[in-house]
Amino acid sequence: MTLFNRSAKELQALVHNKEVSIVDLTNEAFDRVEKLDGEVEAFLALNKDKALETAKELEKVPFEERGPLFGLPIGVKDNIVTEGLETTCASKILQGFNPIYDATVVKKLREAGMITIGKLNMDEFAMGSSNENSAYKTTKNPWSLDRVPGGSSGASAAAVAAGEVPFSLGSDTGGSIRQPASYCGVVGMKPTYGRVSRYGLVAFASSLDQIGPITRTVEDNALLLEAISGVDANDSTSADVEVPNFAAALTGDIKGLRIAVPKEYLGEGVSEAVRQSIMDALKVFEAQGATWEEVSLPHSKYALATYYILSSSEASSNLSRFDGIRYGFRAENVENLLDLYKETRAQGFGDEVKRRIMLGTYSLSAGTYDAYYKKAQQVRTLIKQDFDKVLADYDVIVGPTAPTPAFKIGENVEDPLTMYANDILTIPTNLAGVPAISIPCGFEDGLPLGLQITGNYFDESTIYRVAHAYEQSTDFHKQTPQIWEGK
Amino acid sequence: MAELTKEEVKHVAHLARLAITEEEAEKFALQLGAITEFAEQLKELDTTNVEPTTHVLPLVNVLREDVATKGLDRDKMMLNVKEQEAGQVKVPSIMD
Repeated sequence: MTLFNRSAKELQALVHNKEVSIVDLTNEAFDRVEKLDGEVEAFLALNKDKALETAKELEKVPFEERGPLFGLPIGVKDNIVTEGLETTCASKILQGFNPIYDATVVKKLREAGMITIGKLNMDEFAMGSSNENSAYKTTKNPWSLDRVPGGSSGASAAAVAAGEVPFSLGSDTGGSIRQPASYCGVVGMKPTYGRVSRYGLVAFASSLDQIGPITRTVEDNALLLEAISGVDANDSTSADVEVPNFAAALTGDIKGLRIAVPKEYLGEGVSEAVRQSIMDALKVFEAQGATWEEVSLPHSKYALATYYILSSSEASSNLSRFDGIRYGFRAENVENLLDLYKETRAQGFGDEVKRRIMLGTYSLSAGTYDAYYKKAQQVRTLIKQDFDKVLADYDVIVGPTAPTPAFKIGENVEDPLTMYANDILTIPTNLAGVPAISIPCGFEDGLPLGLQITGNYFDESTIYRVAHAYEQSTDFHKQTPQIWEGK
Repeated sequence: MAELTKEEVKHVAHLARLAITEEEAEKFALQLGAITEFAEQLKELDTTNVEPTTHVLPLVNVLREDVATKGLDRDKMMLNVKEQEAGQVKVPSIMD
């Protein structure tokens, strides 16, 4: 059994008692990758030499100068730039791209003493719900290798679920941290928009994108979010609000907590086992002294269409920078500049990325702008107001993260709309900008299910307190996939 | 408006600077048509006098002091450039 069956606190205790060294922990990550990644296929690039060198350096730092995550290994989603470590967004168009600076979150990981093990696979440019849109490999769900890990941060969730690394960073534009966390049975947080700097996150939809932590426990998640949060001069949309000690909120006490359960989140398309897992969770909360009531987020059904118009429009603008001139792939045998653009982009982008760029370009075109882009922005206002109304009366909103457990690889690739429906419960949160977490809450046919807890703007503390209280009375988070056996 | 013709798809691809084959245009016309048809449901909602949301936080004009700071290193910036000459980025001919 791996060392990574332990929490950050337990790992620090081992290091403190000199039972393991930071170099041992780093080697453990690479050993796990060696043993498991042939099957899971989570990593696109490894940082072995530099990681071990860093580990040796960190050993010299006195114990009293070390924080709670010091010396611990982490995997980073491949749309977060890492200086000198290839970053591709799982796209052919960025093949061989070596960033010349670190994203703010990567700098913060370094300051916390964390060690980057490697870069994690994803759907190309974070567009997808299954990791099948990667130009390089299809990551597998560690609970069942014929299933998807979810997406787009599928490998970030799979690597933690497989115990290859105890921590990872993902990004969430419409559910890309929470849906894979749900499918892989781990804890994934999408913080409030603006909580974490996006500097160095390759932009997909700038008004929705947010980086967040994926871990095995709620406490570890709280520690990692604190480490990466904060205002940043390099991201003018990062919020200048205080970063609390999130772990201090984990009191186990949720007496008097008011929970809202949107009826739209338990409606059509949600599997019976998923519905039951939520009803069971509500009983757990009741037993702990919380109360719950059914509420309505009446514009939820419009969220999916709103999201695809807005995110694709923003993507069509953001992805215009990939033109073959300054970095990445460049098409050969072209006549002129226009051809270079067109051929580079046609050969460098996958179909899903092209679809969304074209949908976005179309939505922004003269003649369709008002009917699509502006209309979607107005509906976004209505969706945000739904959340404002409910969160004025309740502390958190509870429901499933995804309508079903992980689906089979290849099952949804032919039909973009069916694929998009996997994000129907996570998308409204991004449109509103509020924070939400997914934590393990049950199984259907041996596949993990996720409980989604949504909170008010910049109130991740309450979400963590509720998630932690739930975790204390259940043991879903302690279960590990069979792939761990004997490895 | 929900249905997209092959010609419309080719026009959009041109605007987005994507080379596209006849077969692709046909395939994307069907797929994009299905997505835009799905998006038509937004028309059910009356959004008269509803302000559009571009951004969820109440942030306006984030400014910094007007003091020059050092940018990225020029040599580093050229590291990923495939074609260059004398420290400059090279592109194919711009005019015919």
